Amino acid sequence: MLIAAGALFLSGAAAAVPIGYEGARHLLARTGFGATDAEVRSLAALDAGDAVDRVLATARREAVTPPPAFVAQAPLPYYKLRAMDAQARMAQQRLNVELGLELREWWLGEMLATPSPVTEKMTLFWHNHFATSQQKVRSPQLMYRQNVLLRREALGNFGTLLHAVAKDPAMLVYLDNAGSRKQAPNEHFAREVMELFTLGEGHGYSERDIKEAARAFTGWSLDRESLEFTFRRAFHDAGEKHILGRSGRFDGDQVLDLLLEREETARFVTTKLWKEFVSPSPDEHEVARLAALFRDARYEVKPLLRAMLVSEAFWSRDSRAALIKSPVELVVGTLRTFEIHPATLRPAVVAVALLGQNPMSPPNVKGWAGGQAWINSSTLLARKQLLERMFRGAEVQVEGPAMAMTATPAPAAGDETGREARMRRTMERGMQTYAFDWDRWSRTLPAQVDLQSLVLAQAAVNPPSPQAPAVQRVRQLVADPAFQLK
Amino acid sequence: MRRREFLGLVAGGALAGSIGNVAFAAGREESRNLLVLVEMKGGNDALNTVIPYADPLYARLRPRIALARDQVLKLDERAALHPSLEKLLPAWVGKELAIVEGVGYPDPNLSHFRSIEIWDTASKSAEYLDDGWLARAFARSPSPATFAADGVVVGSPEMGPLLGAGRAIALANPEQFLRNARLARDAGESGNVSLAHILRVEREILRSADKLTAGQAFVTEFPAGPFGSAIRTAAQLAANPAGIAVIRISLGGFDTHAGQLGAHANLMRQLGEGLSALRAALKEINRWQSTVVATYSEFGRRPQENQSGGTDHGTASAHFVMGGRVRGGLHGAAPQLARLESGNLPFAVDFRSYYATLMEKWWGMDSRGPLGGTFPKLDILV
Repeated sequence: MLIAAGALFLSGAAAAVPIGYEGARHLLARTGFGATDAEVRSLAALDAGDAVDRVLATARREAVTPPPAFVAQAPLPYYKLRAMDAQARMAQQRLNVELGLELREWWLGEMLATPSPVTEKMTLFWHNHFATSQQKVRSPQLMYRQNVLLRREALGNFGTLLHAVAKDPAMLVYLDNAGSRKQAPNEHFAREVMELFTLGEGHGYSERDIKEAARAFTGWSLDRESLEFTFRRAFHDAGEKHILGRSGRFDGDQVLDLLLEREETARFVTTKLWKEFVSPSPDEHEVARLAALFRDARYEVKPLLRAMLVSEAFWSRDSRAALIKSPVELVVGTLRTFEIHPATLRPAVVAVALLGQNPMSPPNVKGWAGGQAWINSSTLLARKQLLERMFRGAEVQVEGPAMAMTATPAPAAGDETGREARMRRTMERGMQTYAFDWDRWSRTLPAQVDLQSLVLAQAAVNPPSPQAPAVQRVRQLVADPAFQLK
Repeated sequence: MRRREFLGLVAGGALAGSIGNVAFAAGREESRNLLVLVEMKGGNDALNTVIPYADPLYARLRPRIALARDQVLKLDERAALHPSLEKLLPAWVGKELAIVEGVGYPDPNLSHFRSIEIWDTASKSAEYLDDGWLARAFARSPSPATFAADGVVVGSPEMGPLLGAGRAIALANPEQFLRNARLARDAGESGNVSLAHILRVEREILRSADKLTAGQAFVTEFPAGPFGSAIRTAAQLAANPAGIAVIRISLGGFDTHAGQLGAHANLMRQLGEGLSALRAALKEINRWQSTVVATYSEFGRRPQENQSGGTDHGTASAHFVMGGRVRGGLHGAAPQLARLESGNLPFAVDFRSYYATLMEKWWGMDSRGPLGGTFPKLDILV
């Protein structure tokens, strides 16, 4: 089972080597959110190329889940928001919080329901890349529209996406470009588009380039009523600019094209995808090869992703279980793998936020740092607590430290204050429908299933006793540190 | 070999004595003073925090967002505090608040992420280091074995200056941490770097939980909101019988590119109320003399306001240092609004001087190794 198959995949003779159960699990865990035993088995007999093609062939441009009703309503213009008195503004803010939660429930619901997890994985990847936060945008409708855009190009074209995101209303608000005008250009977007969206920090641009590029983006704004993109010619600086060694009367789109021309851009995006899909430590030569391929494919995402997923590095022993699950992967993946169907996704939305990944509200424009940064003492304990609650099962007392507890004492009064405490209480109340149901789940499994190969990406750190009843073994596997890996 | 391991060997081995000062030898001391670091995330606008109100250029550079001369809290004939910082005045009057102006570094980087990395790792502008400056300091000079931790990060996912530190934990509040610590277990090492990280965190949870207690009750009232909660947690940690050398808390939202006035006033109020409550709480538990509270931020902001009623990324900034043994008053150098470089302020105090002062004068550590050089010390501690 555990043949170090990496090298074999490359040689033509071995093209038909099946990826096997563990290989299929590896591919599904990286390209989606968990996987059921049936899903894993459906790919196990294929070779790497066919399995990857099968996954990529599911790509979609739209969600299957109907969006919340509010997205059809016109967004509230900012001048109306500003004109409100304190009380009305507070009420609006509360409404926005509620609609924001509905939006996240919808998205997590899509991640659970979609026939194409890789589409949602890439939508989330682009959300992290073009990070934009509802906290500042304050319009759930604009956040929804941006999400629709990210999904449309999730496996589409990076250049198309870059141009569209730069004119996306939520982004124009988030990075302050909407008010940028010729007399005093706002540098925020110009800086981040180079540092975080294309070239990468320190990769061949200067403060001067940022200032000049900011001039080119002046006038890219929003219609004050519809909040749709509008070009305000009067605010635009049409003069000559000097950017990255080139001179011309560049407009914003031409600046984006200049950025897309640079090798650094393909390399930067490829490196980031590597860390998402392959391993925490990108191989420089491989990244260079894949980045060249990305450029040659005129920034089409699918060919790049395919090349990455069939690469030797992806299938190597060292890449297995090498990545830490994000909070969304942990929560959605656990629900998917164990076929838990909660009555409401509100607790899941709260849970991912408490674990450090609140979709639609990344901490800043750099997005979530990810990797080892997902895990510190605070978030690791929160992960363990969440899993314990889902899997503890009221009827049995199981051995092992993670299983010994039956109930968590209620926090003392005044223990916590504010929003986080309220979020925690919401989550705890709703968690009852998140309980793992062994009887139901075990009926979906074949008699000979290897629980560890399904539940974990690598061998358990604290292996359960083979004599223990299967339900106890599942609980112990979920409590194992290796469950945090993908 | 990773740097951390190397430094561990240095600290534990014969080289510890070769630094040339017995006081620097690792593990000798019984206790260590407390440092509470307060990060102002996003780049605080220092010129609207410590205001050069008497400089006519101030109002000229900021026609829309300059604070009115008759509203600011005047400290002397040239500098004033933001009106929403009034809760800091008792500490100022009591000479327990030092304000260090012009803190920055050569060849400033105006990216949030790179600049905070420079601050967190105490690197040169073009130098990339893996570990936080406190991680390096503690690797050479660990806190006493009786301590619960070298450092605790409160309410933030980023370890910042403690990144890479062996004995550092993050928590939202101690009660919750202790309730959940039962779920951790010590399961050894791993060659998989991601797994090794998880196992290391589990071990650290167990080690710290063993020495943390919760539930110190205060007469002091703490402000509502997340920053107020973080302040209360910091006070509780300061009351912990087993010591902690560093507590890091954060206040976010300082990236005020647009419509700055109201947002910044709100931040100043939170900062002032929070620090004032922390001072009261530390006095209540008799720790004010053994604690220093110090602020930091990735950079200051552009002296010239932008067209959106906000300010873009800048360079040098002013910081607050507070405590029972702080030498109150203005330190560093007043902002030179007439001598901007590419529109930004030149710095007067290298941020590594700021750190060196805390390491040498507050902890009695040798700062040369961790900071990779000698930096002049500030006269901010009694």
